[in-house]
Amino acid sequence: MRANTWAGRNKVEVRDVPDPKILNGRDVIVRITSTAICGSDLHLVDGYVPTMQDGDVLGHEFMGEVVEVGPDVAPDWLHVGDRVVVPFPISCGACAACSAELYSCCENSNPNAGIAEKMFGHPLAGIFGYSHLTGGFAGGQAQYARVPFADVGPLKIESDLTDEQVLFLSDILPTGYMGAEMCDIQPSDVVAVWGAGPVGQFAMDSARVLGAARVIAIDKEPYRLQMAEQAGHIPVNFDEVDVRSRLLELTGGRGPDKCIDAVGLEATHGSAHVAAYDRIKQAVRSETERPHALRQAIMSCRSGGVVSVVGVYGGLLDKFPAGAWMNRSLTLRTGQCHVQRYMKPLLERIERGEIDPTRIITHTLPLDEAPHGYEIFKNKQENCEKVVLKP
Amino acid sequence: MDLTATTTIRRPAPEVYAFWRVLENLPTFMAHLEQVRATGEKTSHWSASAPFGTDVEWDAEIIHETPGERIEWRSTGEAAVPNAGAVRFVPAPDGVSTEVHVVLVYDIPGGAVGKAVAKYFGEEPHQQLDDDLRRLKQVLETGEVVRSDGAPWGKRARKEFPQRPAQPLSDVELEKGADA
Repeated sequence: MRANTWAGRNKVEVRDVPDPKILNGRDVIVRITSTAICGSDLHLVDGYVPTMQDGDVLGHEFMGEVVEVGPDVAPDWLHVGDRVVVPFPISCGACAACSAELYSCCENSNPNAGIAEKMFGHPLAGIFGYSHLTGGFAGGQAQYARVPFADVGPLKIESDLTDEQVLFLSDILPTGYMGAEMCDIQPSDVVAVWGAGPVGQFAMDSARVLGAARVIAIDKEPYRLQMAEQAGHIPVNFDEVDVRSRLLELTGGRGPDKCIDAVGLEATHGSAHVAAYDRIKQAVRSETERPHALRQAIMSCRSGGVVSVVGVYGGLLDKFPAGAWMNRSLTLRTGQCHVQRYMKPLLERIERGEIDPTRIITHTLPLDEAPHGYEIFKNKQENCEKVVLKP
Repeated sequence: MDLTATTTIRRPAPEVYAFWRVLENLPTFMAHLEQVRATGEKTSHWSASAPFGTDVEWDAEIIHETPGERIEWRSTGEAAVPNAGAVRFVPAPDGVSTEVHVVLVYDIPGGAVGKAVAKYFGEEPHQQLDDDLRRLKQVLETGEVVRSDGAPWGKRARKEFPQRPAQPLSDVELEKGADA
């Protein structure tokens, strides 16, 4: 089959690789009909996530049709021909974490848990196409994928919604939603979202459906801010204005009640000297993150507020504003999304028309053009917000 | 050499104990074992897998046992690598899980066998046992050892690092299996 693979830093390559087979009894094989490039794929390609290997099949946002079912998949759960969206965390459904609906912390799905444990103190779940640290599972930017624990993860789509309407239930819609949910939003809340990429856009939409009074979008790409504005959110361009001052102005001096970091470890920043400090430390690998968005969110949030982090971090960061966090009673909440927890309720919101996930799609390309998709998404060319690939 | 490790398994203690007590089950999750065969009520015959030193076999006996709680064993006779072990099964505070506490003691000899064993355990010997218990947890909680494209052969995962790429296995690789 054809598959998009990691071919070294800053390089992806569509290659011929073997078709996937059932390896564990609860696997299914899915013929992929739509898949997408995620912002976190860029962290892999940019070389900021360790344990990538030449030939790793990328991609953790995908959906398609079940073509083979393993012998131990719970009966009457999935059948050949079923149309499914696959969540990015691979979760066993039986461990203590899964029992507490902390699916991205599954204790069993990562065969390389020992390595992950060294980096993070405790292991994390297996994830499709997302380094060997998360298990070394082939990803979904391909014609077919093997899906383990198929009786826990995949969501069956039985209505006639299009792929484009449901594909993002695999990751970015639940991720954005969890970012907003962690904010415990009240009707009087002003919510500021750092990053108007796909996850940020969905965090904004989710904050709105969860009842926020106002939602602010912070970015520097005019087309991304315009997209947020069209959806009813207030744009703030950090290339043009001082973010903290503008946020104070927009909130009568209080600061946003809730702040969401939808940027993560490769933030860009208006302040040149701090940006240079982090860039140099990251380049020599003595710091793995450029955490400007997180720092700014903590400094901007009103006292007693919540800072919710769904942007990806991978290791260590410098100059964490612990004083602001501690002295001003801020709550910091975060997590890789527990996608399985949100898929069904969010599908219902899509069916009711409360959220339109298709609004962020700017490009649809054949799988073979994946390298071009990565290029324009990474460099924000052609007003690229979200690329959907068709295998 | 003394190794200790512990894990928590979301199954009741009598069930975890019962699985361990069928000693034939140990090689499904313990990387250094090829086969264990019960030879009597308390006695058994063990053989090691290749990386641990080929042709290493020994007899063992259970010396203490409290059903549902504890098993202790030791090698008997002229074992090439004299060893002993103990495992305790302790109900966890959550009321549904079991803490498994394992101690293994190896009397590592000189010569080729000693070298092979020392090499097998490497610089951080307890990690082998940590990984063994992770697989025990996988087997009891999910039914089998979890495989990925990068680590397709279950209990060889750590040894395989850096791994094969995370892309599906070819028919030839699958046919060759773990010896590929």
